Amino acid sequence: MKVPRPLERRRLLAAACAVLWLRPAQATPEALADALREYTGGAPLREGRVRLDIAPLVDNGNTVPVSVSVPGVSPEQVQALALFSERNPRSDVLRVVFGPRAGERVLTTRMRLATSQQLVAVARLADGGHWAQRVDVVVTLSACLE
Amino acid sequence: MARSLITLPERVTRGQSFTVRTLLQHPMESGFRVGADGRVLPRDIVRRFRCLYDGELVVEVELFPAVAANPFFEFSVRAVDSGTLLFEWEGDQGFRHREQRALSVA
Amino acid sequence: MKPASILLLAAVLWAPGVHADGRRSGFEYMGAATQAMQRDDSLNPGMLWVLQGEQLWSRPLGDAGGSCAGCHGAAPQSMRGVAARYPAFDAALGRPVDLPQRIAACHQRLRPGAPPDAEAALALQAYVAHQSRGLPIAPPDDARLQAPRERGRALWGQRIGQLDLACSDCHDALAGRRLGGSPVPQGHPTGYPIYRLEWQGLGTLQRRLRACVVGVRAEPFAADAPQWVELELHLAWRARGMPLETPAVRP
Repeated sequence: MKVPRPLERRRLLAAACAVLWLRPAQATPEALADALREYTGGAPLREGRVRLDIAPLVDNGNTVPVSVSVPGVSPEQVQALALFSERNPRSDVLRVVFGPRAGERVLTTRMRLATSQQLVAVARLADGGHWAQRVDVVVTLSACLE
Repeated sequence: MARSLITLPERVTRGQSFTVRTLLQHPMESGFRVGADGRVLPRDIVRRFRCLYDGELVVEVELFPAVAANPFFEFSVRAVDSGTLLFEWEGDQGFRHREQRALSVA
Repeated sequence: MKPASILLLAAVLWAPGVHADGRRSGFEYMGAATQAMQRDDSLNPGMLWVLQGEQLWSRPLGDAGGSCAGCHGAAPQSMRGVAARYPAFDAALGRPVDLPQRIAACHQRLRPGAPPDAEAALALQAYVAHQSRGLPIAPPDDARLQAPRERGRALWGQRIGQLDLACSDCHDALAGRRLGGSPVPQGHPTGYPIYRLEWQGLGTLQRRLRACVVGVRAEPFAADAPQWVELELHLAWRARGMPLETPAVRP
């Protein structure tokens, strides 16, 4: 193998660093916008009707209770829900589809938050409309980690 | 064998909506964590959860790594007739777990 | 009647609280959502291990067919109050032991040489300790525990690690203040084994102490070192009278 001359070696190193730098481990607001567009199929996303319940300040980002519901809209009108994150490694958190035996349109779960960020809950209605609510959450870190 | 904890009311009234809670013991390894040796721990998550009521769908959830370990769900079911609720989880490494509960509707 | 109502009644009976002497359980420092997760058995992830422990309790262990239930009968009766008085002096081993060590010793007697099963051990610890939920921590009045407990008290106040901190520096002097956005609790062992959100699983008091020792950049004691139990003895004495919450949820 040909040994690179000093100038080439420096360029190779710079190129390698550039590649590493261009691969962040976090999703971005752009990726979130893409995920939302993909979910709605490009249909407009209006703010309102969906309720996203989450503590504004969480004890630990590993397990954060969160609830998505659509109060004030008759249940049969709500087909599906989805939850998205702005800064987790990927934008999708979960997607829900309601069937004929579903009661109130609500889902409560626990999610992971990599860092303080915005969450977006989306509801898909029977009339084809998509509604969203955005909430900002602050995440603190535990001390004395292993 | 995976452990689960399912909570539902002992008795419900026809036509009413009632709450069900499910907790499943599962690490939900995200695929983003790095082990002590510096290598990424492979993803091992539950990908899908479903609740069926006498064969009809109540709710189906698609899970991503952002769902916390030992996944918890609370959702609402519309009481029709006494019957059986079926809970199914499936995921990576061929993971599958099912539970059934009898539902008593007055 | 919704199951939540029954559980709420149970919660009221054993709810952790603030003592007149100013001692507070770690429960008090958590946000409302995490507190709710602990209070309700249908929400508490630790109950998955309690449930597993309940099943293991009646399962035959060794080839001889012995099970926990075989000697101890029904755990709600026989194990009630047990976790509240650990660590205790184990005459057979000739030293103080904590509950995990006591359970492991039992396993060794029934299945000599068997490899330890960490998951099963945790589940049984959770199940046994859960039988003392709501009962006050009651360190035994045993003269043989005095010297080890004193050594534990000395360890509690001893500066260690690169950060040169003693447990008491944070958990006595600075409890209630914040470290990096998180409140510093008083460090009472009121709910072990706990479901720690940081671990995303259940763990022992020893594991939590180890995290603290590593947290101040000190070399942790060996797994079977007496120092852990000595510290636990001091902690149990320090928390005497406070109710057990097992399985507690903590950040």
